[in-house]
Amino acid sequence: MQALIAKRLFIGLVTMLAVSIIIFLGTKILPGDAAQIRLGQSASAENLANLREKLGLDRPYYQQYLTWLGNFLSGDLGNSLSGDAPISGLIADRYKNTLIVSALTALIGVPISLALGIAAAMYPDSYLDRSVSMLSVVLVAAPEFFTATLLVMFFVLFLGLGSTIVSGSTEGMGLFALIGHFALPIATLCFVIASQMIRMSRAALLNVMASPYIEMAILKGLPRRRIILRHALLNAIGPIVNVVALNLAYLVTGVIVVEVYFSYQGLATLIVQGVQTRDYVMVQSLGMIFCAVYVVIMLIADIAAIMSNPRLRHPR
Amino acid sequence: MTNPAYQDDEHYVAPFSEDTQFGELKDSAPAAKYRPSVTGWFGILVVGFWILIAVLGPFVAPYGENDLPFPDAYSEFQVPQPGAWLGTDVEDRDVLSRLLFGAGRTLGISITATVMAYFLGVVLGIGAVVAGPRVDLILSRINDAFLSLPTIMLGLVVVAAVGSSIPVLILTAGFIYTTIVFRLARSIGMEIVVMDYVEAARARGEGLWWIVTREVWPNAALPLVSDFGLRLIVVILFISSLSFLGLGVQPPQADWGSMVRENLGALQYGASVVPVVAPALAIASLTVGINLIVDDVSAGAGGKLAKRM
Repeated sequence: MQALIAKRLFIGLVTMLAVSIIIFLGTKILPGDAAQIRLGQSASAENLANLREKLGLDRPYYQQYLTWLGNFLSGDLGNSLSGDAPISGLIADRYKNTLIVSALTALIGVPISLALGIAAAMYPDSYLDRSVSMLSVVLVAAPEFFTATLLVMFFVLFLGLGSTIVSGSTEGMGLFALIGHFALPIATLCFVIASQMIRMSRAALLNVMASPYIEMAILKGLPRRRIILRHALLNAIGPIVNVVALNLAYLVTGVIVVEVYFSYQGLATLIVQGVQTRDYVMVQSLGMIFCAVYVVIMLIADIAAIMSNPRLRHPR
Repeated sequence: MTNPAYQDDEHYVAPFSEDTQFGELKDSAPAAKYRPSVTGWFGILVVGFWILIAVLGPFVAPYGENDLPFPDAYSEFQVPQPGAWLGTDVEDRDVLSRLLFGAGRTLGISITATVMAYFLGVVLGIGAVVAGPRVDLILSRINDAFLSLPTIMLGLVVVAAVGSSIPVLILTAGFIYTTIVFRLARSIGMEIVVMDYVEAARARGEGLWWIVTREVWPNAALPLVSDFGLRLIVVILFISSLSFLGLGVQPPQADWGSMVRENLGALQYGASVVPVVAPALAIASLTVGINLIVDDVSAGAGGKLAKRM
């Protein structure tokens, strides 16, 4: 098992390298480099050449790439092109909101969806099962901003609770105050990831339920509840953890839309702003951070799947 | 398991004669028939409606996409009324007309990108299978690197680099989703290429082209075509999300995703919510409609496809 995990970690590392190359080259295809953007169209050739030399843009791509990667790994994310502020400072101001919303979504959304998924598998074709799968067919295909709009219309405009914009400082807030503060963004993201998680955890359980040892348990006369909770669930943990991780990785996308929708300051609004002002240094750094989170979550999913498989844990 | 289709009278064929085709034989599998359920019909109705609107929208729109229904008055976020059946938006324009113009753009971009992703993905995926292990390894590794990125990040990087325009959106979405189609086409191709009939064709000395077009493709087509709907949903959501972030279709052109963003203020001011709800509902009904059809078709075909999304 150690060998398998080590191999997976190595693949993860190689993936991150490939990702960094894609992001680096992706932002290099633009016409006009950092010097051009900073000095504007009317800059003299001499000034441009000087700044290029200062920024190292006259060197070959591979050298630029290695410098950039080295700086990134040592925590120097460079300066934003607009405003010339250090990007690590901008991130430090904003990462909290993104982290809080994602973490609370996971904290609230995952247990509820798994409970619903297991319940749906426990009583297949019951009203609960049917309404849950009907709802998830709808929610899984609807865009985040549609779900957010429905929630805003119901809670803010109809019930008069909360506000359509999340604003104000979260300094010194406790857990429940934070949940209240970010209630609508969290609820939106929960709906988005729940639909997938319920569907897939139910499928994972029903898949295990088709195996012969479950049939044996049924023939022994065990009640269905007990079979699911004691026999099937343990063997479904691998796929279920995988499902959870996949959906948490999806939060990387969901959180961007939600931050813009409820217009609060976070990393996602920062990268969107970077794209709008074509500040490619900012897009590079934040893109790397988002992708790293994504790759790490995927890695955890795979390792969890390896560790939850008894055949891999105790090799013969 | 008995297949009810076998018992239909229409499948009864007169005894074998010289010019009977294989498909007409009594024992051959009946041509795949899709009978929609109630939800399937609902999906078809909704999607059909939007396709019709996408084509006819600009011709039936009461105003141009940037015309003002009430040019003389200050008329931001008016409630629905005669003359502006869905009210007006943040810049006093007619919401209904913009919705009708946006339909063609949202659907057109998404369908073109999906078709492109399918064309490239299928060609490369099946190509990787038949071209041998070395090409397959190179293509698969490159593909894995792209697959390990969140799609929206790829979109953001490209838009940051070259700016946003409709051709850029189509190419970006097309390339991004090529990766997923590639993986699917490759895995289906892998299953097929080891089949006996492909081996038989190889042994007969058939060329690569013949094997791909006559042996591999006909057998890979059905699962790939059924997956098309799911991919289309994802592409519509991708394009709409980019537009919603202000990085997709650029104003003043109307597009459903950007309409939601432009009019978000309506929710905050407590003005008419229609300018936000109408485009959001349009996207949701379209994607949910497609999902209902895909779900229905795959339930009829064994129900495996819905899990792939």
